[in-house]
Amino acid sequence: MAGSGNSEVKLLGAWASPYVARARIALNLKEVQYEFLEEQFGTKSELLLKSNPIYKKIPVLIHDDKPICESLIIVQYIDEVWVSSGPALMPADAYDRALHRFWAVYIDDKFVPALFGMMRAPTEEAKAESKEQALASLQLLEEAFGKISKGKPFFGGDTIGYLDVALGAFVGWMKAFEEMNGFKLLDDAKTPLLCAWAENFCNNEVVGAVIPETAKLVELAKVMQARFKNAPPAN
Amino acid sequence: MVASAAVRLFGMWASPAVRRVEWALKLKGIEYEYIEEDLSNKSSSLLEFNPINKQVPVLVHNCNPIVESLVILEYIDETWKENPILPVDPLERAKARFWATFVDVKCREESRKAFFMEGEEKEKAIENLQVQLKALDEELEGKKFFSGDHIGYTDLAVGWMAFWLGVAEEAAGFKANYDVKFPNFSRWMKDFLAEPVIKDNLPPREKTVEFFRAFKQLGSCTKVNQK
Repeated sequence: MAGSGNSEVKLLGAWASPYVARARIALNLKEVQYEFLEEQFGTKSELLLKSNPIYKKIPVLIHDDKPICESLIIVQYIDEVWVSSGPALMPADAYDRALHRFWAVYIDDKFVPALFGMMRAPTEEAKAESKEQALASLQLLEEAFGKISKGKPFFGGDTIGYLDVALGAFVGWMKAFEEMNGFKLLDDAKTPLLCAWAENFCNNEVVGAVIPETAKLVELAKVMQARFKNAPPAN
Repeated sequence: MVASAAVRLFGMWASPAVRRVEWALKLKGIEYEYIEEDLSNKSSSLLEFNPINKQVPVLVHNCNPIVESLVILEYIDETWKENPILPVDPLERAKARFWATFVDVKCREESRKAFFMEGEEKEKAIENLQVQLKALDEELEGKKFFSGDHIGYTDLAVGWMAFWLGVAEEAAGFKANYDVKFPNFSRWMKDFLAEPVIKDNLPPREKTVEFFRAFKQLGSCTKVNQK
């Protein structure tokens, strides 16, 4: 059941949101034609409020007028619907799938709050704590990559998989924070596998088109820090 | 039937996340070895199988550990095909996963706050919880269970609320008033708890209330580590 026209598949999102990037990367990998409806920063459209009344957040995928919410759920949905288009995002083996799902939950639970915690931290102490947690998370992800990739370039093996999308969508923001804070999150010495992985991921054509330029994210981060001290990024 | 040694579950008797996994295993008729953990003195096996968050439940299948109860549920469904708990249709699957994460992240957060906090913060948490219960109530309109005529993934995911919400209310002295305000949800709670697989696999109520009462008194220092 492939999407045949632009109107069948819509994605409500924003250019800077890493959660939206997850959905866009998955759609692109599966060569799905879709209409991207950009939400304006600071406002929520009627369509968004109608499609996602519980969370009122982007991304929302609208397929044949049916909304699907939550970025990781959207990625799995895309993988399951456009099953014959492009390589599978989820691994074939049930245990490997469990590993991908576990680490995706870990990323959302532990890594992402720490990453954005560095931007939102009200004190230097809180900032340092977030930084520690972010680095510790990446160290665990480095080890996980070693086991899961089995020597291949991606968590998904030879091709980009679910966990690659889950983490990779944040690489733009990781680079932005590195630049803003003057230290490396991905370090050749401490996380060499993830460094190579990030490069491979960003070099992929469909990914490169989605991940925003570091300079633009840095600019946005400065605006956000000044104006909305406690505003979380879109989910 | 799988030989019991091949499937092991590390758990703790009062933990809703652990029961959730047991319900799934029993629904599928999977034999397993259950290992009770003392969370104040975790076994070396648990720490070896789950070094990341050192929590229960951990399902070990053919020596491979699987962690996070919702991840375990999907693993169980994909490995043992009889009595499927997730729907086949991708949109229905997306909806099932949506409600499961809503309950696990949002409802649990507000329930925790209502349980541990006092005064204004407690009142606010109860208010938020009721908004969430309303959403669940509406989702149940015209359905016996979240998954339809029979219990499935979503019911197993929301299931902790059928028993442990009442326990939390009694232990911490608050009321979410679902029996009055949310008739569909209230009816679902009763129907869910009456299902044989569920009814025969719940912790003893008084003992659980006592446990959570003591847990609340300790504050959040000794966290019951479970997901």
